[in-house]
Amino acid sequence: MAKVLILVDHASGKVAKTAGELATFAKRAGDCVGLILAPEGQSQALSEQLSNTVIGQVIAVESNDFAKHGQGCILDAITQVVEKVKPDAILIPSTSAGKEIAGRLAIRLNSGVITDAIDFASDLSATQSIFGGSFTVSSKVSSGIPVITIRPSAIEAEVGSSAPAFEKVDVLISEKGKLVTITDSKPAVKGGRPELTEAKVVISGGRGTNGDFKPVEALADLLGAAVGASRAATDAGWYPHTHQVGQTGKTVSPQLYLACGISGAIQHRAGMQTSKTIVAINKDPEAPIFDVADFGVVGDLFAVLPQVGQAISAKRA
Amino acid sequence: MPMKIAICVKQVPDSWAEKKMVDGLLDRASVDAVLNDLDEYAIEEALRIVEPLNAEGATHSITLISMGPERASEAIRKGLSMGADEAILISDPALSGSDALTTSKVLAKVISDGGFDLVFCGTESTDARMSVIPAMLAERLGWAQLTFAGSVKVDPSSSSVEIARMSESGVEVMSASLPCVVSVIEKINEPRYPSFKGIMAAKKKTIAIKSLSDIGISPSEVGISGAWSAVLDAKARPPRDKGIKIEDSGEGGLKLAEFLQEKRLV
Repeated sequence: MAKVLILVDHASGKVAKTAGELATFAKRAGDCVGLILAPEGQSQALSEQLSNTVIGQVIAVESNDFAKHGQGCILDAITQVVEKVKPDAILIPSTSAGKEIAGRLAIRLNSGVITDAIDFASDLSATQSIFGGSFTVSSKVSSGIPVITIRPSAIEAEVGSSAPAFEKVDVLISEKGKLVTITDSKPAVKGGRPELTEAKVVISGGRGTNGDFKPVEALADLLGAAVGASRAATDAGWYPHTHQVGQTGKTVSPQLYLACGISGAIQHRAGMQTSKTIVAINKDPEAPIFDVADFGVVGDLFAVLPQVGQAISAKRA
Repeated sequence: MPMKIAICVKQVPDSWAEKKMVDGLLDRASVDAVLNDLDEYAIEEALRIVEPLNAEGATHSITLISMGPERASEAIRKGLSMGADEAILISDPALSGSDALTTSKVLAKVISDGGFDLVFCGTESTDARMSVIPAMLAERLGWAQLTFAGSVKVDPSSSSVEIARMSESGVEVMSASLPCVVSVIEKINEPRYPSFKGIMAAKKKTIAIKSLSDIGISPSEVGISGAWSAVLDAKARPPRDKGIKIEDSGEGGLKLAEFLQEKRLV
């Protein structure tokens, strides 16, 4: 039976949604072992949050150096846990840090690495969607323990019902692991809305909003959606850069993507083209966004969006 | 001590161009090639750090390092016209099909042999989009990794670098001593357009083209034969089915709501 090690991401004492998703992929190949790297005294509480996942066993390493020195220490810990657990594959969430950790880990283990996978099969092969979703590539690591990063929301997490076995292990952190010192850290401000890359519905605004995101936000709140923005909108300072969807921003693939006042330049499409259903609202009937939209409305978003909201609210009432 | 700064740059297919794949690899010959947009921010940031110091008599230098076909020299020339001093291009037929593990190995060899103390990179290339090379370089060189910088402060007198790392998890202020690898996000600055003077000056700057044997790496360690993973299958995504497009004549929102409800999306 294959054993797959997954890195359990967490922030501010809460386990990330990706843990359950990675576990679901891991189970396809065999047993899932979750690795928690946490500050002193916090791993048990994090592990308890995993009882609704299909993770069978948790290995925890506690050290305050993770927060103080970052990836160097994290790498030291993962490498030593890998030596102990001897997994057949390692899955890591495809975040900025996750990809960096995967790349460095692959060098340490002399293994191949695949980033941003949207699927993982029982034969340990992974599928990527590249060039803005215009190609689907499936590949397999041919040397060492495959290190694969998985895009958030790539799969619906399977629900488990038993708490994983918990084991705490000690590791040695090298001086090389402490080259960087983190002096200040401000976690991303979490609004009431879901995280962009994890949301099931994303509503984005572009140039056509003229800087007024109120109708976009109102519908987002009604649908429990995340708010995205095109580069034109973030460059104009209308919406925070962290919400940018596209080639130089985030890649999202929600169940529903609603593009409002976004023309749909190839750079924007690169970040949303793999969404399951795409809806576009734009005044310009020639806007390229309509080429990828399942449903397009040629019209003014300031008229259309409130009407959508009213219709949905009326139906719910 | 003058700092020797290396900037890793890549020539990439124009991100506006349509792409083709042949035998699981991108057909690079069929599309226009340009300097990776995101590398321009790294060049700009290094110039902004070095220029004021050099104006006061320091002699810090900036070298562009790239791996790619010989025609990559066109893209490199743009970086030189922005103001970098010289360039090294590692070009070898055996490197075709190299993955990030190989690329980082080749770049790290040139960086460590070249006596550099600071490396700048963009966060990712617009073609492969893995954003792992800066971290991999830090790993291979055994240097500090200061990546996803939204701001950079270099203090040559204390040989230290401080950045504000900006990512989806928030902002972290982190510092390290030289040598280190820095990658910058595109919010950090507005890259300059090369001036006419810069373009003329760049024509006289050296691009040293080196083969694998010149840098002391065996061809068997690189390229497709040295790749750590193999493509099983690559296929173009089927075009999306032609969607519905309606003109809003007062009830576009209602029709859209109906569509969403029918599809059970809301």
